[in-house]
Amino acid sequence: MNENPADVAPELCVLIAAVLGLVNGLFLPRTRQWRVAVICAAGLVAGLAVAAVDATRPDLVVFDAFFVDPITHVTRITVLGATLLVLALAAGPVRDHPRESEHYVLILLSALGAMMLGASSDLLVVVAAYLLASIPAYALAGFGKDAHGTEAALKYYLMGAFLGVVMLAGVTLLYGVGRGTAYGTLRAGLADAPSAAVSAGVVALLAGLLFKAGAVPGQFWVPDVTEGSPPAVAAFVTTVPKIGAFAALLRFGSEALPPGGGWPALVAVISAITMTLGNLAAFGQDNVRRLLAYSTVSQAGYLLVPVAMAGRTDLARTALLFYVAAYAVTNLGAFAAVLATGRDDLAAYTGLLRASPPLGIALVVCLLGFVGTPPTAVFVGKVLMFGAAIDGRYAWLAAVAAINTVASVFYYLRWIVPLFRRPDGALRPARAASAVAVAAALFSLALGIGAGVALTA
Amino acid sequence: MTVLSLVVFLPLAVALVLPAVPRRAVPWVWIAVTFADLALVAGMWAAHGTRPGVAYEAHMRWIPSVRAGYHVGLDGLSFPLVTLTAVLFAACAVYSVRHTHRVRAFAILFLFLETVCLGLFSALDLLLFFVFFDLSIVGMYFVILLWGHGDRAASALKFFLYTFLGSLVLLLGFIGLYLGADPHTFDMVELTRHPPLAGSPGLAGLTLLAVGIGLGIKTPVVPFHTWLPPAHTDAPAAGSAILAGVMLKMGAYGFVRIAMPMLPDAWRRYALVFLIVGLVGVLYGALVALAQDNVKRLVAYTSVNHMGYIVLALGAAGYASGDAAARRLAVTGAVTQMVSHGLITGALFLLCGVLHDRAGSYDLGRFGGIARTAPVYAGMLALAAFAALGLPGLSGFIAEFQIFAGTIGTGATAAAVTGAIAVLGILVTAALFLRVLHRAVLGPPGELSARVGDVRPPELAAIVPLLALSLLIGVAPRALLDTIEPLSAAVTALAGR
Repeated sequence: MNENPADVAPELCVLIAAVLGLVNGLFLPRTRQWRVAVICAAGLVAGLAVAAVDATRPDLVVFDAFFVDPITHVTRITVLGATLLVLALAAGPVRDHPRESEHYVLILLSALGAMMLGASSDLLVVVAAYLLASIPAYALAGFGKDAHGTEAALKYYLMGAFLGVVMLAGVTLLYGVGRGTAYGTLRAGLADAPSAAVSAGVVALLAGLLFKAGAVPGQFWVPDVTEGSPPAVAAFVTTVPKIGAFAALLRFGSEALPPGGGWPALVAVISAITMTLGNLAAFGQDNVRRLLAYSTVSQAGYLLVPVAMAGRTDLARTALLFYVAAYAVTNLGAFAAVLATGRDDLAAYTGLLRASPPLGIALVVCLLGFVGTPPTAVFVGKVLMFGAAIDGRYAWLAAVAAINTVASVFYYLRWIVPLFRRPDGALRPARAASAVAVAAALFSLALGIGAGVALTA
Repeated sequence: MTVLSLVVFLPLAVALVLPAVPRRAVPWVWIAVTFADLALVAGMWAAHGTRPGVAYEAHMRWIPSVRAGYHVGLDGLSFPLVTLTAVLFAACAVYSVRHTHRVRAFAILFLFLETVCLGLFSALDLLLFFVFFDLSIVGMYFVILLWGHGDRAASALKFFLYTFLGSLVLLLGFIGLYLGADPHTFDMVELTRHPPLAGSPGLAGLTLLAVGIGLGIKTPVVPFHTWLPPAHTDAPAAGSAILAGVMLKMGAYGFVRIAMPMLPDAWRRYALVFLIVGLVGVLYGALVALAQDNVKRLVAYTSVNHMGYIVLALGAAGYASGDAAARRLAVTGAVTQMVSHGLITGALFLLCGVLHDRAGSYDLGRFGGIARTAPVYAGMLALAAFAALGLPGLSGFIAEFQIFAGTIGTGATAAAVTGAIAVLGILVTAALFLRVLHRAVLGPPGELSARVGDVRPPELAAIVPLLALSLLIGVAPRALLDTIEPLSAAVTALAGR
């Protein structure tokens, strides 16, 4: 058994940075707690560097619990990069806050959970990673200690706890009929297990992972948390834990389940419902954060398409990994624009393009990116996603996704159109968040145009 | 960096530096770029001559894992259309020299659109084609939304949603082609060489359905044309000219470039569908145009009619049993019609724009006797109308004559019958354009006629070259036809295999 801790160095970097941040936060005066942010950022950058080096090495298994393969590499790099952007977004609003250092540390711990979720090759580790990704996020959701934040945190926690227990029951069931929790054992064990028990276990396990992914039926927390918690936290919980959840779903579907069975049909139906529900709910929203929340739900639906096709086509893995990275960049860019303006109502964005051309253009790029307009990153993700669906003989799913994409244009345009109008008040976007939005938009374009480089790596 | 890539991306590169250009210099920079591009395109065509095959090819890896690349090149089909694009964008730049409302953003958007349109007509990779196809929708959406008039927000939204749906259906069709090819590839040259899905007629039919609907919405064919009249009516004049002159061609171009050579079996099997859809477009477009009082809507519906001829000709070319020379003639006629329609409709929409600029209205009933107040304008309108109704000596005649000769000449019963019925479309078009001339140009003065002063120099400089080119093609079509001829021979051979 390979027990070399150096193989999980990116995760260790994050953990060490979190611990160092917590210890330093204990002793630093309130006005100098920004140093914790620096420590955390350094940990993330170090993790990114190590993860990039690791990505060039051959695949292996560590501690019999973690795969280190392309899925893990992409999850690591996306989570670390996204968390770095969230840290940049959060640094401004929580500056000199009494619990500033805790904020950064909680973000890091939740990100660590997401990374583990994507890498784990054992259901028990998946459960542990699920808890690690969730519990800090509950605390973050209620960080503002206001009415909306408390409501959001409570709703988030109750849902998470309930679906977590369901998931644990599913793991128990699968352990019982599959005679193990490691994916390799399960694949062999589940093949001749009673199919009703396997189905029940898989459905229960999906409950927890779909909660993390923000997909139906675990999507109820998304709009409330996105609207109620601080914007930087909203950006974090709708982006980072999802990356880990989708990686875990793909891995479970392709590596733990024996081929054949109801997985593709089940996930395909969930995917179709998720994207449709997210889109329908987004139509009438006048609050941009709620609009973005439902948009993330519909995007989760598109992301489930390659999950459904896991193991049926070679395109599924490429599609999911590329799409999830593209989604993370685009979503963070849109949330950064919300943070920069500091306003939640659609009307407040009137004339943004004149008030601040770079921020306005970045927002337009991100919103058109959600639609899948070339040459943004999501476009390539969507092409691969459609390809995976058609190659996996699920053409109806591709058609549903295409119709939903057209429908989604409507509400993204509702946000884009006011940007071009004449400004009716003074808009003064925050500098740091604007810079993050512009960086995300540029990165989205670069990822789209340079897709070949990203896909071959 | 080849010269073709330079031609395609020069407008975009200038658009990126345009924010740094002083406001008063913006129109002149815009005109200079479009003319530089036009000169380059003309030079490339002159250097290439009428040889068959693909020239100025450039191939770079883009997404190697799905075998999609930046692959561009020009052949007998793309040369005329790329040149048409450069001409129309130059005309629009000249026409808009006195444009004042957000002129910088207007110029940036048009330069962006020029890159997109040039890129589309030179793309030799399905994914690259799709990128430009989709971007053209986004660019035109903003043109209608920001510089349109009337109920522009609703028209722009309808345009975006409808054509975007078409583009996604098209994408599904492209993915079908990609997955049907062995090995999987998006490269048009390889897909043409080894048509995908050759062994599975059912899948090929579905793929043709997706590609056909996607391209048909853009062309547009009846019944997918309903986005077009509002979009044209509410778009600014230059936007309409580009939308009708260049962007409608994307659909028809896609049929010749993608659908026919890559799905030859399916094309032959469903040729009758295209014949009928084309015939319906011809008659329906002409009849509805006849009933219009809004002159811009009228021109928009004649576009449906004119694009119907193209679909009809391409359908006739799918009859493998038909006479090969006639089928070739039909394809040549279809490509000539693309160029001819681009020039004539571009001119007509710019002329409508002059009317709206002076009088703020498109209502035919409120004009009359314009010939007295604006003789030059009236002369140009008359010439454009005669070109559009297919008067010999102008480009429309050359195109439509070949289409009818080819369609009826294939000898196949269905093609001959539909072709013969479609001739009625010419009759209705003639009637409706003569009605326009009667009511607006001749006759007693209307309530708004006094406001219509004669054309200004920039308008004259933009519209006259378009009509002159139409006349040139009408009188001496040799150079154009010789370029198209090898291509249509190749396409009919490919569709007939």
